[in-house]
Amino acid sequence: MTDPIIVIPCSGIGKAFGTIARDATYSVVEDLKKGTTETICLSLLVMGDEEAGRLVKSHRCIAVDGCPNECSKKNLVLSGAKLAANFRVVDILRDHRDLKPSAVTFIDEAGRKLAKILADKISTRIDELDQEGRVSK
Amino acid sequence: MSTPKIGIVSCSGECCVEGTISRIATRIVLEKLRPSNTVTICLPLFSIGEKGERMFAKNFATIAVDGCEKQCAKNAIEKYSGKTARSIVVSDLLKKWKMENPSPRRELNKKGVEAAAKIAEEIAVAMDDIFTRGR
Repeated sequence: MTDPIIVIPCSGIGKAFGTIARDATYSVVEDLKKGTTETICLSLLVMGDEEAGRLVKSHRCIAVDGCPNECSKKNLVLSGAKLAANFRVVDILRDHRDLKPSAVTFIDEAGRKLAKILADKISTRIDELDQEGRVSK
Repeated sequence: MSTPKIGIVSCSGECCVEGTISRIATRIVLEKLRPSNTVTICLPLFSIGEKGERMFAKNFATIAVDGCEKQCAKNAIEKYSGKTARSIVVSDLLKKWKMENPSPRRELNKKGVEAAAKIAEEIAVAMDDIFTRGR
């Protein structure tokens, strides 16, 4: 595998948004873009793990955040990562107000639908990035 | 008298099923086992310096729940807010219980949920111990 894109969710634990960000990320790295994407532990990165730091500096990264705090994006920027794109669950929710996720521990049906929409958006963006062959910071 | 609170800090652990178990176990404690006494601290938010999360971890007892031996949650709390009262490492307990690799990381299967429930019990026991014996 050459130059995988690293997709990193916030995995926020207080709201359903973090669960959705996490599920969407797994959908991308395990299904939609399996083999061309990877994920790493955000907590490992923020604790200054050298290998994680090297990985995000040398590969394009996509931050997937649940809420406007944008913890994944901010931690990636702080780590000097090559940030190619970022997404927020709250933005997806704004466009799909009929979907109201409530479960945090185990994702519910609305959450699953939002995660699918988000995963498709991330996947489309990855296709664009591959076509563009450039990195936006 | 206000209800005593303890902060539970789970690692994000996207890489492995132990991270998912840490997260689910923490939520089980919050939602079912000790809802009145539990405050979850969002580790990514804590890491970017959110004052409320850091202040809580400074002033209240905390329990770190980590997926693996790297113990990111414990290290983060002890770096920025002081010593954790207790620390739980999921991979160590799963090994002890002979329950290694119980489930895919994305969505826990029955074995994974059972493992998370057992970890949640361990967290609740640690909380009770803190209330009884102190930090």
